[in-house]
Amino acid sequence: MTNAKEKLVVIGNGMAGINTLEQILKLTDRFDITVFGSEPHPNYNRIMLSYVLEGSKTIDDIVINDWNWYKENGIALHTGQTVTNIDTANKTVVTDGGMTASYDKLLIATGSNSLMLPIPGSEREGVVGFRDIADCDQMLEAAKQYKTAAVIGGGLLGLEAAKGLVGLGMDVTVVHLMNDLMERQLDTQASAMLQTELERQGIKFAMGKSTAEMQGDHRVRKLVFTDGEELDAEFVVMAVGIRPNKQIGEVSGIQTNRGILVDDFMRTSAPDVYAVGECAEHRGICYGLVAPLFEQGNILAKHICGVETAGYEGSITSTKLKISGVDVFSAGEFIEGPRHTVIAAKDEWKRTYKKVLLDQGKIVGAVLFGDVTESASLQKYVREGTEMTDEIYGDLMGTGGHCGGKSKTAAVEKMADDEIVCGCKGVTKKVIVDAINEKGLTTVDEIKACTGATGSCGGCKPVVEQILSFVLGDGFKKTAKTGICACTPLSRQEIVASIKEKGLRTTKEVMHVLEWHNPEGCSKCRPAVNYYLGVIYPGEHKDEKESRFVNERMNANIQKDGTYTVVPRMYGGVTTPEDLKKIADVSVKYNVKAVKVTGGQRLDLIGVQKEDLPKVWEELDMPSGYAYAKSLRTVKTCVGSQYCRFGTQDSMAVGAMLERKFERLDFPAKFKLAVNGCPRNCAESCTKDIGIVGNDGGWEIFIGGNGGIKARLADSLCKVKTDEELTDTVAAVMQYYRETGNYLERTSEWVERIGLEDIYKKTVEDVEYRRTLIDSIEHALTFVEDPWKQVLNDKKMRSELFETAKPAVTQA
Amino acid sequence: MSPQLNAVSTVSLDAIDRFPSRMGRVFIVGETEIAVFRTSEDEVYAVENLNPHPKGGPLAEAIVSGHYIYDPLYDWKIDLKTGLVQEPDSGQVRTFRTEIADEQVILFTK
Repeated sequence: MTNAKEKLVVIGNGMAGINTLEQILKLTDRFDITVFGSEPHPNYNRIMLSYVLEGSKTIDDIVINDWNWYKENGIALHTGQTVTNIDTANKTVVTDGGMTASYDKLLIATGSNSLMLPIPGSEREGVVGFRDIADCDQMLEAAKQYKTAAVIGGGLLGLEAAKGLVGLGMDVTVVHLMNDLMERQLDTQASAMLQTELERQGIKFAMGKSTAEMQGDHRVRKLVFTDGEELDAEFVVMAVGIRPNKQIGEVSGIQTNRGILVDDFMRTSAPDVYAVGECAEHRGICYGLVAPLFEQGNILAKHICGVETAGYEGSITSTKLKISGVDVFSAGEFIEGPRHTVIAAKDEWKRTYKKVLLDQGKIVGAVLFGDVTESASLQKYVREGTEMTDEIYGDLMGTGGHCGGKSKTAAVEKMADDEIVCGCKGVTKKVIVDAINEKGLTTVDEIKACTGATGSCGGCKPVVEQILSFVLGDGFKKTAKTGICACTPLSRQEIVASIKEKGLRTTKEVMHVLEWHNPEGCSKCRPAVNYYLGVIYPGEHKDEKESRFVNERMNANIQKDGTYTVVPRMYGGVTTPEDLKKIADVSVKYNVKAVKVTGGQRLDLIGVQKEDLPKVWEELDMPSGYAYAKSLRTVKTCVGSQYCRFGTQDSMAVGAMLERKFERLDFPAKFKLAVNGCPRNCAESCTKDIGIVGNDGGWEIFIGGNGGIKARLADSLCKVKTDEELTDTVAAVMQYYRETGNYLERTSEWVERIGLEDIYKKTVEDVEYRRTLIDSIEHALTFVEDPWKQVLNDKKMRSELFETAKPAVTQA
Repeated sequence: MSPQLNAVSTVSLDAIDRFPSRMGRVFIVGETEIAVFRTSEDEVYAVENLNPHPKGGPLAEAIVSGHYIYDPLYDWKIDLKTGLVQEPDSGQVRTFRTEIADEQVILFTK
């Protein structure tokens, strides 16, 4: 007997192959493993490329197994090597780089390629797929040089690519052959809602169009459709689908059809050769999503290691779109036919849509748009063909009277241990359950910290919550009450009430008395509690610099290289030649990297060194613009009646007056105002925390607008006649928000949580309550002080926070 | 790494009361930037002022909680005792031994 290890060779260094390896390594160390990959990268999370495009993650962030992982597990990795042939008789593989390797077991995991349509002219420069890091790099590069882009294909990948390119500043049109977006995952209703939402986010659509030709010079310049219409595009992403990469099977005499044919144990037609993931065709289906790949890998790993396992029976896939602010989900059969019973609810106000299809009373498919909290349960029901009951109906459609939740945990209870819960990180139910039991976890945050589940796209959070509630049973309800962070189960309201009732004065005292798990709190609760103390005890609470997030501690916005930005006040967006001259001089003297005109009508000096900050402030000798703070930022104004022929109110003067009055006060989150001289609304009141629109007889006040991550149009609160009434109402709304807003909660969320009606009552209708609010904010305003001046006047703080010391080194 | 820091040497940084509680200060020792934190228990920890996140950046402006910090740029939780980044993120920052002698904070460069 020899103790030489069996040789396992993997063709393909992507998610399918490496996930299978991870599963194998958990079961055995009897293999000597070699991996060949065409791309020059270690295994990365292809699903998250859209985040790289969007800019929220870097390539490094999406690497799943870094180079060390291969080293630590003794895996020989050859990147940039494409396997060109398998000699199934002699059990060897050969690569394009001339390497050969022999195997005892061979795993093909070559994935798939972008399907490139053979459109005339598509060989021109500027036409790419969206599949790998190289494509992603090309897209990032293109966005810097070109303005117009077309994405061919309105499916999952196409829409994610389009959103990414819009985010990079390109003018993007999605060209889709069908009249419905994502028609393979959504029905007409959901598809229409999706299109409307994406149009709001800036994507344009050319529906029902087929591209006949791409025209241009060396580079593509425009698309010509079969109906003769044209579309300018200097960059084209082809996202019409994927094609299983089965070539290696074909040239090596392994049976293929659309993909490489495999049986229920992922065996191909050649002995000891397996295929897994997108390159494989199982029972006539080639999957293009991540969940089946984990399920296949799991079974294959067990089979290859000789662990008993049931065969793979195919997956019921479900889909989720990774575009922020757009939640869609579908599973199973979702286009209704004559045999289906349809349960549907569409809410155009909340922009949600829900549809469940039954076949002979059993749940066979579902589509969700806008609100996908039921996705986990539905996925389960569809997979198991669960019979619809009154209880399930109540849970799903929100009409059930008695304690929901129950059936949801039942769905989790039935879930197999090795079922993947978090597709991004490949975390199974068992891993989560074990972590909860062994480490005594009680919150989703703790599970994230421990297992990584929910840490990427967050789509599996509802399932993780249900697992938690299932494992902890009644204990869950006691402990998992959502506190403001993982350090405490207490809500903002409870904390604020205790602070007042017990007279607590510092964050330390609050955390000690209220029995925080983590005695000094974390980066989430420390700033929050410091804020609540400040609102409760204006003038008395000593602001804790050490509990402030970096930007508010330094009074400037930190950039990724550790430099800062400086934005001086420019009241109402109006400046003077003298101030501009000062700003220019200081910018030159301190070598700022860029001077940016901000969206809030002021100037941002970018790239100031930390130790120069106090000097820059001193020489500017202008008040801080609070661009870094959860405080009043800008008051955007239009020209108004002073100069504009349409102006009915003096918006510049009123804007500047409000900014001077309310600046420097702490808020739960940043706070923006706009003042317009007439209903043309040039200063865009509809996306501000408070938007003010002048008219002939006075002002109309809007609240809760937001133009950021989750856009929201402001609601009209009331109309007032005089400037004094205007100031009072602004003051009352601000104070009510300061007192009742959760830390970091923008007014757009606050208005929805508290309700416009209540806000109207407290700040407009109930004159007495309104008066107390106004008095409270006036009191708080008497204590504010310019933070830049404060630093300049405090030598100790200035040197400790901003200066770098160079002490002498003595040799020991 | 600067050549001066290869040999063991000591640096007297500053008096302990010149270190604000639960905040960081920056020192340049040799050619290395070092962030020094004083905890609420008046312990002093020193780490290289270089964020272990792939994008880099400083650490000194972090929020300090016990002997952990939450980094100012990416909110990674890092143990000041070991320099280890806490789950689910990973990485390690270089740490330096410190001592408080006669109210002075002393840093050991190796």
